Amino acid sequence: MLSFLTTRLLQIIPTLILVSMLIFGLQQLLPGDPALIMAGEERDPKVLAEIREQYRLDQPIPVQYLYWIKGVLSGNLGESMRLKSGVGTLVMQKLPVTLQLAAMALLIAICIGIPAGIVSAVKKETAWDYGANLFALWGLSTPNFWLGILLIFLFSVTLGWLPASGYVRLGENWQASLATTIMPAFVLGNALAAVLMRHTRSAMLQAMSTDYVRTARAKGLTEGRVVLKHALRNAMTPVITLLALDFGTLLSGAVLTEQIFTIPGFGKLIVDSVFNRDYAVVQGVVLVTSSIYIGLNLLADIAYMLINPRLRG
Amino acid sequence: MTAAALPVETTSSAHEESPWSRAWRRLKRRKGAMAALVVVVLLILLAVLAPWVAPYDPTATSFATVRKPPSWAHWLGTDEVGRDVLSRVIWGARASLSAGLVSVGIAVGAGVPLGLLAGYAGGWIDAVLSRLVDAMLAIPFLILAIALSAFLGPSLSNAMIAIGVTATPVFVRLTRGQTLSAKVEDYVEAARAVGNPHWRIALRHVLPNIVPPLLVQASLAIAGAIIAEAALSFLGLGQQPPAPSWGSMLNTAQRFIAQAPWMAFWPGFAIFFAVLSFNLLGDGLRDALDPRHK
Repeated sequence: MLSFLTTRLLQIIPTLILVSMLIFGLQQLLPGDPALIMAGEERDPKVLAEIREQYRLDQPIPVQYLYWIKGVLSGNLGESMRLKSGVGTLVMQKLPVTLQLAAMALLIAICIGIPAGIVSAVKKETAWDYGANLFALWGLSTPNFWLGILLIFLFSVTLGWLPASGYVRLGENWQASLATTIMPAFVLGNALAAVLMRHTRSAMLQAMSTDYVRTARAKGLTEGRVVLKHALRNAMTPVITLLALDFGTLLSGAVLTEQIFTIPGFGKLIVDSVFNRDYAVVQGVVLVTSSIYIGLNLLADIAYMLINPRLRG
Repeated sequence: MTAAALPVETTSSAHEESPWSRAWRRLKRRKGAMAALVVVVLLILLAVLAPWVAPYDPTATSFATVRKPPSWAHWLGTDEVGRDVLSRVIWGARASLSAGLVSVGIAVGAGVPLGLLAGYAGGWIDAVLSRLVDAMLAIPFLILAIALSAFLGPSLSNAMIAIGVTATPVFVRLTRGQTLSAKVEDYVEAARAVGNPHWRIALRHVLPNIVPPLLVQASLAIAGAIIAEAALSFLGLGQQPPAPSWGSMLNTAQRFIAQAPWMAFWPGFAIFFAVLSFNLLGDGLRDALDPRHK
C-alpha cells in the first residue's frame, strides 16, 4: 500500500509540471505584445517598459516560466489587474461557493442516477429499463445552459417559486441559500445523474450475473435482499471511484451554470476574467482546477485500492 | 478489418460478408440509430441548403416584428430586433455542425497520427506523448476550451481550433491503446516478417484495423463538440453577432425569457436534437462495430 502511494504520488509530479507548462504557454498564444494588452489604453513607452520589467516580459520564455512557477510554489498565483487583488485570495473567496454548488449537484445526481441504474438493471428490457435509458440520453444530450434557462422560465418567471439569480451564503441564511442554489445544482447534476445511471446499470448487470448472486438466490433469499445486499454492494465499488472523477467535471460545468444564475463562484470568476482580459486570473483558475482534478484522480485510485481487497496485496 | 489483414479463404471468400457490410446490416436493425442517422443527414442538408430553405434573411431586422410569438408568417416567432427565429435556427445549424465536424476533424487529424506513433514506436516517444496527453486530460475539457478561446480571441474559427485541440488527447490515447493491441497480432507480425517498412505496417496494416473504435469515438466527439461550440458561443467566445449560432441565440434569449420564451426554446431544442442524434448514432455504431455483438 505504501509503495503504491509513493509511486502514485511520484507519477503526478511530471503531470503537474506539464500542466503548469501548458497553462503558462497559453500566454504565448496572445496575439501581439502582452505588455500592450496589459497596459490597456496606456501607450506611454515608459509605462510599457515598466510593465515588461515588472512581469519579466523582457526575459526569455523559460526564465519567465521559472519565475512564474517559483511564485506559484510559494503560494503566489499572480495579481488580478482588474480587481487589484491576489489571484490566490480571489480563488479562496470563490471556491467555497462552487464547492457548495458541486456538492449539491453530486447529491442530486446520486439520488437520481443510482436508483435509476439499479431499477434499469434489475428490470432489464422492460418499460422501466427503456425509461431509465431515455432519461440517460436526455441527460447526456441536454445542454445545461438551455436547461437552466427553461427552469428559470418555469420556476421563476411562470410560477414565481424560486429566485432566477443571485446567491446567499449557507452560513448567512440556509433556506435562502438553498432557494438560490437548488436550480443551478439540479442543472449541474442532471448530466452527472445520466452518467451515474449508465455506470450503475452496467456494474449491476455484471454483478447480477456472478456466481455469488446465483448462490444467494439458491439459498432462498428474497430478491430485494439479493439485489441490495449482494449485488449492489459489489457493483458500487467502480461507481464510487468514478464519482471522485465526476466531481472534477462538475467544476467545469459550473462555469456555464454560474453564468446563467449569476452565482459569484469559480466559474463566473473565470468568465469575467476572460472578458476583462485578466489573464493572470484565467491562468490561476485553470491551474487550481487542474490541481483539484489531479488530486481527485489520486483519491479515486486510493479509494479503489482500499475498497477492492484483491488490489491491496 | 481490411482485405490485407484478413486470412485468405479460397473456398468461402466469395460468400463471406465483409466486416463493413456486416456492421451496416447490424446498424440497420437498430431503429434508434437509423432514425438518428436520418436526422444527422437531414441536419447536414439543412445546413448546406440554408440559403434556399430559410424563409427569411437571418440577419434582416424589422422593428415591425420585434419579439412576435410564433405565427403563420414566422413559425418559430421573431427575436428582439425582429429577426425570424426559424431562419436563424436553420443558419445556426451551419455554425454548429461545421464546428462539430471541423473540430473533430482537427482532433482526429492530430490525435490519430500521434497515437499511432506513440503506440507503434513505443520507448521515449510514447513516454513523452503519453505524459503530454495525461497533462492535457488533467485540465477539465470546457475550462481548457474557454482558456484557449480566450487567449486566441473570440471567433467561430478560434472556437473550433480550441475545441479541436482540447479533444485531441482522447484520440491520441484511444489510438495508442488500439495500436498497442493491434501490433502484436499475427497479421502485423506477418507483415513485418515479409520485410514491410514500419510506416507501411502502421498505415496499411494497423490503422485500417483500428478504425471502428475511432469511428464510434468520432461520432460521440461530434456531439460533445456541438455542445462545446454552443457553450463557447453562449459565453460570447464563439460565433460573433449578428451571425446566427444556436449558442449565441440562447445568450440573447436569456435576457428576454419573460417576454419571449420562444427565443430560448428553439435554439436550445436544436442543440439538444443534434447532440441526441450524434449520441444515438455513436451508441448504434458501437454496437454494430463491436465483434462481441452478434
